[in-house]
Amino acid sequence: MIDRLTDRRTERGAPPARTLWRHLFGAALLAVILLAVTYKANSFRDFQIAEIAYYVVAVAGLTILIGLSGQISLGNGAFMAVGAYSAALLIIHLNWPVIAVLFAAAAVTALVGAVIGVAAARLRGPYLAGATLIFAVAVPSLAFKYVSLFGGDQGLSVNVTVPAGLGANFPLTRWQAWITCAAAVVTLFLLANLAHSRIGRNWRAIRDDEVAAALAGVNVARLRVLAFVVSAASAGLAGALLAITTGLVAPTGFTLALSIGLLTAAVVGGLGSLAGAVWGSLVLVFLPTYATDVATSHGLSSTAGANIPIVAYGVALIAVMLAFPHGIQGGLRQLAAFATGTRHRRADSPHPPVAGSPDGSTPASEHQEGGPV
Amino acid sequence: MNRSHRTRMSRAAAFCAVATAVTMTAAACGGSSGGGGGSSGGASATGITKTQILIGSHQPLTGPAAPGYSEIAPASNAYFSYVNAHGGVNGRKIVYKYLDDGYNPANTSSVVRQLVLQNSVFAVFNGLGTPTHAAVVNFLNAQKVPDVFVASGCLCWDQPQTAPWTFGWQLDYVREGKILGQYVAQHFKGKKVGYFYQGDEFGLDGVKGLDYEIPKSMVVSRQTYQPTNVNIGPQVAALKAAGAQVVVSFAIPAFVALLKLATLKLAYNPAFVVSNVGTDPLTLGGLLEAFAKKSGATVSGNTLTNGIITDGYTPSIGDATNSWVALFKKVHDQYDAQAPFDGNVGYGMAVAYTFVQAMVKAGKNPTRASLVAAIQNGLPQGVASAPWAYSSSDHSGATGAYIGVITNGVIVAQGPVLTTDTTPAGAITTFSGTQAPAPASGIPSP
Repeated sequence: MIDRLTDRRTERGAPPARTLWRHLFGAALLAVILLAVTYKANSFRDFQIAEIAYYVVAVAGLTILIGLSGQISLGNGAFMAVGAYSAALLIIHLNWPVIAVLFAAAAVTALVGAVIGVAAARLRGPYLAGATLIFAVAVPSLAFKYVSLFGGDQGLSVNVTVPAGLGANFPLTRWQAWITCAAAVVTLFLLANLAHSRIGRNWRAIRDDEVAAALAGVNVARLRVLAFVVSAASAGLAGALLAITTGLVAPTGFTLALSIGLLTAAVVGGLGSLAGAVWGSLVLVFLPTYATDVATSHGLSSTAGANIPIVAYGVALIAVMLAFPHGIQGGLRQLAAFATGTRHRRADSPHPPVAGSPDGSTPASEHQEGGPV
Repeated sequence: MNRSHRTRMSRAAAFCAVATAVTMTAAACGGSSGGGGGSSGGASATGITKTQILIGSHQPLTGPAAPGYSEIAPASNAYFSYVNAHGGVNGRKIVYKYLDDGYNPANTSSVVRQLVLQNSVFAVFNGLGTPTHAAVVNFLNAQKVPDVFVASGCLCWDQPQTAPWTFGWQLDYVREGKILGQYVAQHFKGKKVGYFYQGDEFGLDGVKGLDYEIPKSMVVSRQTYQPTNVNIGPQVAALKAAGAQVVVSFAIPAFVALLKLATLKLAYNPAFVVSNVGTDPLTLGGLLEAFAKKSGATVSGNTLTNGIITDGYTPSIGDATNSWVALFKKVHDQYDAQAPFDGNVGYGMAVAYTFVQAMVKAGKNPTRASLVAAIQNGLPQGVASAPWAYSSSDHSGATGAYIGVITNGVIVAQGPVLTTDTTPAGAITTFSGTQAPAPASGIPSP
């Protein structure tokens, strides 16, 4: 009886205690390392770390949505806009503390995500992509519609100051890096747990076969909406972090290119993988700067060099997809498996099924967007 | 959850943490070794050495604002190359590092921090765009980096109290609106006037200026557009239905072209008064021909732009007899020949000339503070048609413009240069001075 009860608890609730502790340990380790790095880094690197961190939050939310629940969204840039404007308005008009602003921005965006999710749960594949695309295009233009509230083209300025407790000479960029990294670590921790919980398993079940999942008693519609809510909340939090980091929220910052960028980052990193979200974000932030620097240092004019990042981005996407169909994280796992001579295979393993191989070549595994972490 | 799964997950989690840490550490190390850029070399100010002055900028080299505007920075750079080839500024060569922000404020934040924190530029020069530059004004002022000659006519750069390191340059849209508005009030007395403007700061500031001068009773229709929506048929129909005989427009070139074509389609023939931003004849004519071609018609850009009334705050680029235009043409042919010789190129050269003037005035051993002081003490008029507004209490740029009419692809000045301020009651006066010709050397003298 006791056995059954504990069994049920682990089934219903959060992941088993060991997983929780492991994730907690991983998060703490990551936090300590990031703290050390922000102290070592100069102001510009701190700023880049903050940039990476807010992209990680957004991409992690998206990669969970696509990789786990199997729904695509081209509208997460717009969710970021919702979060960013919420944060800006709360800071400007109500002068809320940063922590409260972050929670509120995530909550507001989660609410919007729920509304979009309800509509999205009825759509599949390209229709879903199209619907979220419209959302991405429509949201920024609201800023032009309600100029007095959203500041129109000029946007809203967000001023964040370093808390007095840290001393007068504490660099603002380091404080921004701390806020964004803390948020990123917490988000990764929560999402990792969620992915390992019953909800995460149900998402994978829906992704692989909706009918089978429904037959097994999974509430498909509710879980699909929930995935959208989680993804939107992450994007909203990322938007709020972007507002705090860049100091301005304007419609030109949330174009369709942002949504596409998040999607490519998730794909390049490895769909469904949180570590992949980190890789994808690193590519998003470093690739343009690096490509421009290489181009201009080889004598290309700035104007011509400016087009190089776009080319590099495309080349990187193609190269990663050719070499590692499951993104950078999938590729790394393959390499690690090759090096250790082990070959793990599970139903949602990131390894592509090899035709005729003794394991994992059942038709059910055709949706293999990658494993959880 | 079985044992091997757990170990795998654990390894994955640990790997994730370590990988992130390694990458970030690499980034941090890259920072400490790749930093610097110009802080060593004798002179005391950041970005200045005995042999060079390093300045930076954010420009829309790609993205929606790139067509046309991406010509500006190379043109400025061409003028700096010309100055460098003739001895530089007090023996120092100007090195101009302009980075692409794709007209996205988040990118602007990033590239400007790179320029200031990583490359240690002396100043940020001619950062382009209202929303983009707004993202970095606080940062630049907190870092005490001169933020000179912003490429936007927003009044927001003129805030000496809160943004003492920031200076505008081009004629702001309120002053421009007043000057165009007075012309309309005087020359189209009793006619019905319609507005067609971009629904943001640019259009709203312009309309503010127009409303200071044009009696409310004359304005029969006010139509706005969003730069993302090219279907302006309804607005043009509304202007026609209201019987507007004069259409005053604060719009970018693409929408001036669409406006003109839409009126043709409706057999509607009002007089056009258009702000300087939208009327570079070469750009506008090219757009008209391209748009007409798309819908299967052949038009002549020069014929369609004929008669459009506009204004100018630097000499008209089509006026080959002007000494400033001759200088810019010479520099263009030598250093920037692949670009068309149009208004954007003229703009880039003119603002670069103003920067060299300021650097010359900033002294033999310029510092960031001495550059700001030099501008606040007032700059010689130079390339501008009217004097600059610069003082310790005014950081806006050009104070006036002349009215011009496009004739055969060239803006021909009509009447005197008019100057004014940004207040509703501020008078519009005729500028009594004359603009000095460009120096024979092409380089401002101390």
